[in-house]
Amino acid sequence: MSITNQTALQLAAQLRSGALRVSEVLDACYAQIEAAEPTVHGYISLCREDAYAFAAKVQARLDAGEARSALAGVPIAIKDLICTKGIPTTCASKMLEGFRPPYNATVIERLHAADLIPLGKTNMDEFAMGSTTETSAFGVTRNPHNPAHVPGGSSGGSAAVLAAGEAPIALGSDTGGSIRQPCAYCGVTGLKPTYGAVSRYGLIAYASSLDQIGPMGRCAADCAALFEIIAGRDEKDSSSMDFPAFSAAAALAGDLRGKRIGVPAEFLGEGLQPAVAKALREAAERFRALGATVEEFPLPMLAYAVPTYYIIACAEACSNLSRYDGIKYGHSAAGARDLLETYILSRSEGFGMEVKRRIMLGNFVLSSGYYDAYYKKALQAKRMLQQAYFKAFETYDMLLGPVAPTTAPKLGESLSDPLRMYLSDIYTVTVNLAGLPALALPCGTDENALPIGMQLIGKPFGESALFAAADAYQRTEDAPLGRL
Amino acid sequence: MQYETVIGLEVHTELSTKSKIFCACATRFGAAPNTQVCPVCSGMPGALPVLNQNVVEYAVRTGLATNCAITRGTKFDRKNYFYPDLPKAYQISQLHQPICTEGWVEIPNAENRTKRIRIREIHMEEDAGKLLHDPWEDASLADYNRCGVPLLEIVSQPDLRSAEEAVAYVEKLKAILEYIGVSDCKMQEGSLRADVNVSVRPCGAGEYGTRTEMKNLNSLRAIARAIASEAARQIGLLEEGGRVVQETRRWDDDRGESSPMRSKEDAQDYKYFPEPDLPPIEISEAQVEAARQALPELPETKKRRYITELGLPEYDTGIITGSIHLVRLFERASDQCGNPKEAANWIMGEVLGQLKATQTLPEDMSFDPDSLGRLIALVQSNTINRGTAKKVFAEVFSKNVDPEAYVQEHGLALITDRGAIVQALRQMLAANEKSVAQYKGGKAQALQYLIGQGMRALKGQAPAQEVRQLLEELLE
Repeated sequence: MSITNQTALQLAAQLRSGALRVSEVLDACYAQIEAAEPTVHGYISLCREDAYAFAAKVQARLDAGEARSALAGVPIAIKDLICTKGIPTTCASKMLEGFRPPYNATVIERLHAADLIPLGKTNMDEFAMGSTTETSAFGVTRNPHNPAHVPGGSSGGSAAVLAAGEAPIALGSDTGGSIRQPCAYCGVTGLKPTYGAVSRYGLIAYASSLDQIGPMGRCAADCAALFEIIAGRDEKDSSSMDFPAFSAAAALAGDLRGKRIGVPAEFLGEGLQPAVAKALREAAERFRALGATVEEFPLPMLAYAVPTYYIIACAEACSNLSRYDGIKYGHSAAGARDLLETYILSRSEGFGMEVKRRIMLGNFVLSSGYYDAYYKKALQAKRMLQQAYFKAFETYDMLLGPVAPTTAPKLGESLSDPLRMYLSDIYTVTVNLAGLPALALPCGTDENALPIGMQLIGKPFGESALFAAADAYQRTEDAPLGRL
Repeated sequence: MQYETVIGLEVHTELSTKSKIFCACATRFGAAPNTQVCPVCSGMPGALPVLNQNVVEYAVRTGLATNCAITRGTKFDRKNYFYPDLPKAYQISQLHQPICTEGWVEIPNAENRTKRIRIREIHMEEDAGKLLHDPWEDASLADYNRCGVPLLEIVSQPDLRSAEEAVAYVEKLKAILEYIGVSDCKMQEGSLRADVNVSVRPCGAGEYGTRTEMKNLNSLRAIARAIASEAARQIGLLEEGGRVVQETRRWDDDRGESSPMRSKEDAQDYKYFPEPDLPPIEISEAQVEAARQALPELPETKKRRYITELGLPEYDTGIITGSIHLVRLFERASDQCGNPKEAANWIMGEVLGQLKATQTLPEDMSFDPDSLGRLIALVQSNTINRGTAKKVFAEVFSKNVDPEAYVQEHGLALITDRGAIVQALRQMLAANEKSVAQYKGGKAQALQYLIGQGMRALKGQAPAQEVRQLLEELLE
C-alpha cells in the first residue's frame, strides 16, 4: 500500500519500527501535493523547509527509540486560521495576506511537543464564514471525489487534502459545522469537540462562544489519537476546561452493546436528499447489528436553530473582526487620506462579500434598540436548545443524524443563494449552540458517487463514547470509508 | 435667578498591579514605547484574555473601602468602538453587572460638616494605549504599553454641588485608594483622571438640567476650573433664554475654556455584549470577608483616633490623614521621637512648608522617612536647637542628608561645656560695657540685648535657657 493511502496510525507504527523514515513520508506527501494541487487546491501555503528541518529532529528521536506521541513523525495539514509562528496565517482573506503571527497557537505547541510535522496551511472560507470554501480570497478548493463539486466548508481545504491523499491527518475548526460538513462532503472523519475541550488560544476567532478546533482524518481512530494530543485545559484560554483524562486507547476499547442511540425525528424531515436518508437508515442497521438500540424521538426547537446561530455568530464576529482596521497588521488601504478613510477603505478592500454580510448582520443585531429583540432572544433560544439536548441525553447515550441535507453541491450553486446556504447548516449548528461534541464520518455515497456523512452527537465531554461507536462502525465489514 | 450646579464624576484609576489585567505584561509607567506588549494586549489575531485575579481583589478592596455592595456574580462586557489606541477595537469593560454598587464616601462641605457622596458603581476595565503626534512626519504613533493596564471606574451619583465639593471628593477618593494600596493615584502620570458631568438648575427645582460631559481631566485644578467655567457657561445660556445641549465638550486647560466635541446625536453606539472569552466571576463570601478583615485603617477612622487618642487639633489631623504619605511620615516620626504632637507640628510647619516652597506632592517626597523623627529627637535631647533643626530639615528634604551626620560634619551641635559658654559670655560682656551698665542701672530690656549678643557669640549653638541663666548669674 502506498504511503499516501495509509492512516496516520499505520504510518506512525512504521515510523516507530523503522520501516519508514520521516523524510520518506514527507517526500510522498509533497509528491502527492504536487500531483493533486492543480486540481484540488486544498493548500494556501506550504512550509516545506520547516517541515524537513523539524523532521530531522523527529527522526533522531525515533532512531533513539523515543516516540513522543502515538503520532510521532506523522505529517499534518493545518487550517489557515490557526496561528503558526513566522508562517503565514491568512484566514483565506486578503485582509491577512502576508500576515506572519509572532506566536504559535496552543494546539501548534502541542503538535510540536508530540512530534507531528506541519505540511502547510489549508484553504477555507474567508474567516471561516461559508459552507463551501468558495469565499476564500485565494481561489476555490475542489472536491477530490468530483472536481465540479465543492469540498464543503469552512474547513474544506483540510477535508479535501485528506481525501486526495495530500496529508494523512489535519486540524480544522468548527463554529457551525465547519469540520463536520466538509468531512461529510469529502468522505473523511472529523470531530467537533465539546466547547472548552481544546484551547482556542491562537485560533483566529470567528464566533468565540462557538469556535472549536478539532481533529480530521481518514478514520475515527486517527482522530482519537490526535484529539488526545490537543485536548485539555490551557491556562491561556479561560474558556478551556479540565477534560476528564481522555485516552484514545481506552475510548476505542469501548463497544456498542446495550448503548441507546436516538435519532431526532426533525433531522429526517423535509429537504433531506433521499440517498442521504437511505444511507442513514443503513447506518442505523449497522449500529443495531453492533448491539445498540436505535430509535427516533422528537427534538423540538430545531426550527429556531439557524436564526439563533446566525444572530450569535454574526454578533461575535462583527466584534472579533473589528481589530482588522488597517493600522497594526494586515491590509491597509494605500490611498487613505485620514483615519476614517483608513478604516473604511482598508476594510472595504480587505474583506470579501460574505464576511461583510455577516459583519453588517452582527452590527445590526447588537445595535441599541435591537439588542433585546435579537441577541438577547437568541441567547434564550440557545439555552432552550441546550436544555432540549440535555433532556434527550437522559434517555440516550448518543444521537445520530445526517450532517447536511444533501451531498456536495456544484461549485457556484450555493453562493448565488446565501439563504439556502445558511439553511443547509440546520443539522450542524445546534451542536455548537449546545456546546456538545459531534463526530462526522462517512456512511455511503449517492447516485453520483459523492460521499454521504453522518454525525454522532454526544454528551458534554462524551467524546470517548463517540470514538468507540465510530471506530466499531468503521471496523465492520465493507464499512464506508474515505478514499484510501 | 439663583442657580444650583449639579455635578457627577466618573473617576478612572489605574491599579498598581504588577501585571496587566488580561496578560502578564508589566504595567510600569514611562517605559520605552511598545516594550511592554504581547499578542494579547496588542490585539493580535487569535490571542485571548486571561483575568488577573489581583484586579478582582483590588476592586473588592476598593468597594469595601467606599461602603459598596460587592456583586457576587459579576462578568465582563465588550464595548465596541474604533480608535487607533484600542488595538482590538473593543474595550473589555463591565456594563450589566459591575463588581461594586451603591456605596458612598464622606467629604467636608462648606459649613465644615460632613456630606455623603453616593457612589453608583465601580467597574473593572482595561486602559487603552497612547497616541503621540509626530509633527515632523505629520503622523500619529501608537504606544500600546498602557493597553491592558487595569482600571477601576468609580461612578458617583450627581450629589456634588460645587467645584470645591468635586475637588474634595476626588481628594477623598485619592486618599482612600492610596490607603488601601490599590493605586499610586499620580494624576500627572494619568493614573487618576476624571470625567465630569455638569448641569445647572434654578435653586429649588426638582428636575435636573441638561448635562454636558468633559472627559479626561487630570488635575484637581483642571477639574475645579472646568466645572466653574461650564456652570457659568450654562447659566449664561439660560439667562439669555437659550438652552443647554447634551454633548461632550473638550476642556482646554491652557486656555481655560471648553468647546463642543460631539453631541448626543453623534453619540456612539458601543454595541455592548457579554465578553465570550471570559467566564463569569464568582466572588465568595469568604473572599469578601477576608478582604474586609485585611482593610487598613481608613482616613476617617484614623482622623478620629488622632484627635481622641493623640489629642491633635482637628485641622491638623484633616491635613495629615488626607495623604497616606503624610500619615506614614507622621507615624514614623512620632514612633521615633515618642511625641506625636511635636511630630504633627513638624509636619504642619516644616514639611508642608518645604512641599509648598518646592512645589512637591507628598507622594514625591524622597527623603528617608526616619530622618524627621531623628531630627526631632535631636531637638528633644538638646543636641541642637529648633532653629538649627529647621535648617537641617531643609537639607534632609532636598538632599536626603543624614541628620546626625550632618550636624556633626557642620559642627551644629549645641555647646554643652558650661565653662566654654561662661568664657564666651564674659568676653561678650567685656565688649558691651555700656549695656551692662544700663542693665545694672535698672533697664531690664538691656538683658534681652545681651542674651542676643551672647547667642551670637556662641553662633546660636547654646541652649537659650542656659545662656539666659548664666548671664543673669554673671551680671549679679
